[in-house]
Amino acid sequence: MVSSRRSEAERADAASARDTGVDPLRPADYDDGTAGPAASVTAPKLGPLEWLRFAWRQLTSMRTALLLLLLLAIAAVPGSLVPQRSSDPNGVVQYFADNPDLAPVLDSFQMFDVYTSVWFSAIYLLLFVSLIGCIIPRTKHHLEALRARPPKTPARLSRLSAYTERELDGGADDAADAAADAETAIASASTELKKAGYRVERYDQRGVPSVSAERGYLRETGNLVFHTALVGVLVTVAIGGGFGFSGQRVIVEGQSFVNTLAAYDSFNPGRFFDDGRLTPYRLTLDELDAVYETENTDALGQPIDFTAHVTIDGPDGSAERDVKVNEPLYEYGTDVYLLGNGYAPTITVRDPDGEVIFTDSVPFLPQDANLTSIGVIKVPDGLDEQIGMVGFFYPTQSTLSTGAYTSTYPDLVFPVLTLNVYSGDLGIDDGTPRSVYQLDTSGMEQLTGGQTGVDSVELMPGESTELPNGLGTVEFATATPDAAGDDFSQSVPRFASFDVHHDPSQVWVLVFALLILGGLLLSLFVPRRRMWVKAVTRPDGRVVLEYAGLARGDDPGLERAVEEFADRHAGPRPRSDDPVVE
Amino acid sequence: MTLDEISIIAVYSAMAVYAIAFIAYSIDLARRSAASTQATDAASAGTSDAAGADLAGSEREPALQGATASAPASAAGSAGGTTAAPPRAGRGAGAARRGASAAPSVDYGRSPSLRVAVAMTVIAWALHLAATVLRGVAASRVPWANMYEFALTGTLVITTVFLVVLLIAKTDLRFLGTFVTGLVLVLLGIATVNFYVSVVPLPPALQSVWLVIHVFVATSAVGFFALGFALSVVQLMQSRREAIVATADSVKKSFLATLPDSTALENLAYRVNIIGFILWTFTLMAGAIWAEKAWGRYWGWDTKEVWTFIIWVVYAGYIHARATRGWRGSRSAWLAIIGFSAVLFNFTVVNLFFKGLHAYSGL
Ligand code: HEM
Repeated sequence: MVSSRRSEAERADAASARDTGVDPLRPADYDDGTAGPAASVTAPKLGPLEWLRFAWRQLTSMRTALLLLLLLAIAAVPGSLVPQRSSDPNGVVQYFADNPDLAPVLDSFQMFDVYTSVWFSAIYLLLFVSLIGCIIPRTKHHLEALRARPPKTPARLSRLSAYTERELDGGADDAADAAADAETAIASASTELKKAGYRVERYDQRGVPSVSAERGYLRETGNLVFHTALVGVLVTVAIGGGFGFSGQRVIVEGQSFVNTLAAYDSFNPGRFFDDGRLTPYRLTLDELDAVYETENTDALGQPIDFTAHVTIDGPDGSAERDVKVNEPLYEYGTDVYLLGNGYAPTITVRDPDGEVIFTDSVPFLPQDANLTSIGVIKVPDGLDEQIGMVGFFYPTQSTLSTGAYTSTYPDLVFPVLTLNVYSGDLGIDDGTPRSVYQLDTSGMEQLTGGQTGVDSVELMPGESTELPNGLGTVEFATATPDAAGDDFSQSVPRFASFDVHHDPSQVWVLVFALLILGGLLLSLFVPRRRMWVKAVTRPDGRVVLEYAGLARGDDPGLERAVEEFADRHAGPRPRSDDPVVE
Repeated sequence: MTLDEISIIAVYSAMAVYAIAFIAYSIDLARRSAASTQATDAASAGTSDAAGADLAGSEREPALQGATASAPASAAGSAGGTTAAPPRAGRGAGAARRGASAAPSVDYGRSPSLRVAVAMTVIAWALHLAATVLRGVAASRVPWANMYEFALTGTLVITTVFLVVLLIAKTDLRFLGTFVTGLVLVLLGIATVNFYVSVVPLPPALQSVWLVIHVFVATSAVGFFALGFALSVVQLMQSRREAIVATADSVKKSFLATLPDSTALENLAYRVNIIGFILWTFTLMAGAIWAEKAWGRYWGWDTKEVWTFIIWVVYAGYIHARATRGWRGSRSAWLAIIGFSAVLFNFTVVNLFFKGLHAYSGL
């Protein structure tokens, strides 16, 4: 145990060793474990200006930063408990349906938009104000420190925690000789320290030569880079994100889409986005390959690969490309992602005279892993009444014990389409926007399926049948009319849903992220330390080299560094008088 | 027998050996309590030499904070053993400042059960490694693509980090073995019973080099956080003991008396945790890059992203707290403990019960 008396003296010396140099500027309540007892915090009487200054100091203190960090962590939690409009809009709708009383209350606290909410924003904005208030003075100070001289050599090095000494042998005959030896030793120490990356300064006090050295400015540099880059990320995300857009579009095999605002199924522009900047290239989905596991019995039907083969036609000509999950396509400043796929049965409706009044490949939305899919067909014109159909598509149909249909495999082995037919008013004539994936049956009469007592229309690719009430016929066309009777593998076209993005801030976010990481590594692992070497002539005439080090912040290797430097410079100490140093 | 079946047998064998190691570590802890009891009783009987601890003889058990056998007598602060420089713990004046109030520590000499425990840990680790590698070979890919495999690899990393730290750390950290083998045993038990799934191919969204990088780095971070957590817990226990040691005789008899003091533990915990933090920072960034490739946006506040962020912020808070007056010491240790709890929560509850894009538990 280090006695308390000794430690007090040591502390005093350590303090003086510290104070003589230029330390990184830290908030008043900074504590790296090397400081003396805390200064008492008594608030003096304050005028308005002092109050402002006091408030600012509070905001930029370590404690406030810590508090805001912890608040930020807590504030982020609710967004994982309740669905968010940004990432899970359907979940929010569902939540409202499931919790009709609670949801509006939560909504009034912006619980469904946590990460853009007033309170979440307030926390991180305050944190970043605090951060900026913290790094500006520190950066200024650090730039000055980079030009400052290492601190004066403390009077009694032996009081520092990392200390060792070596006797200078060579047996000096007289005082002048000893002084010359001392001088040489310090000069060589100075050179070696410089070589080891220290900034050095010679100090000779009352004829005692010494060198003072400091290294590890990169630690503070790293810390400042880290914190500044945090601000960089926030600013680029906030501003840069505004120049981008994201849009979604579903394309059926053989069809194409042109990159213009009107062609998107949905489109979310950033605040500063200018649609004149879209390059109108054409993207055609030639084919969508879906590969499913067929051998591993534990994973039958599990997707192995999705590849969209597309053709891009644009100002630079025509090119064939592939888009995969995890491998987006980069074309004309936009990123194209393959986010989903499914089946788009081709359905044709004819009126009683055999005239085609509707034909299209209709994307059906997958509902489960085996791609049981639901789609909606709306036939607004050509008959006395509008008709709508809700379709269920089973790529590999099988019947449950309850009699209900299900799909047992996602690929086309035994595809079956069932249709519930409605007639009446589709509710689209008054211009109300309706989702193409939903049928509003409120103004319609159900003709097949459900409670009607009439069986649903049931078709396999290539088949057609009569609609009820003599409305005409409906056909489920096959894409491969020439295939063998039991080969349905290509009979139904597939669709791909693409996300198209443009985000100019992305690169900058990456750059700042790398700066964050680099800064972090420097600031956590570069030791910042001071080292002194002094040649003291003892009363008995011996010249002793004293080596001491002082850590600035966390520095587990300090003692070893001092010992090793001494060994290198003056040779290993004789083993006999080894104090216990690990 | 398939490779996966051999892998499972290896997992169960590893668990059995971990259990033996766990018992041996526990025996060691019990012996430590006994040793400090003996030392305390001997000291009160007036023989200051009782614990049989002579500094030079205990090569593997450095007398941390320089305390010697006469420790209890020197509780007031004027220790006899000033020869021993405060070694790893020695953060210069900082250590001294706190050291003045630190409880005396009892030197405890060699422990055969500890040696057995470490040997068993190494054997268990080898079996565990074999199990994990076999699982990877059976699946012809990296063995971390579903909950079972995350758990298998994650616990392997925890043991690996522990063993590596034992090798390189100057302080003897074998006392953490009870915690490490206990945690690994429990997690492996949960994984084999509740999370096991047979080998299945990777879904397209996971077919990426980022699976290799992102998940592995995340798992490594967890390995470090786990160790940091253990150190922080012991640190808190130790500082509580230090606070009351002068008055209460019973706490002198705790196994804690043979362990490093709370400042040394805090420094160790900090070092382990910042490595975890840097790995976690990288995890977060790699995850964002991968999300950009797979989902078309680098950040979308998906539940898993939210929790990764929360964990990152909590550990940033921990690092800050250690540099904040009034928070250094026990309070910051609590943040490390909360951080690791969030890590476990993220791995279990969030994976299993929260909805989101990261639905890769395989369950
Ligand atoms: C956006 C919020 C912040 C985050 C995520 C953050 C994170 C971190 C991290 C991870 C470290 C350790 C790495 C290093 O030393 O560079 C650190 C250190 C530090 N931060 Fe922050 N910080 C934030 C805000 C602030 C603010 C507002 C202040 C000023 C009041 C501040 C002052 C410091 C100081 C002085 C250190 C050095 C601590 C030491 O020497 O151990 N930080 N910060």
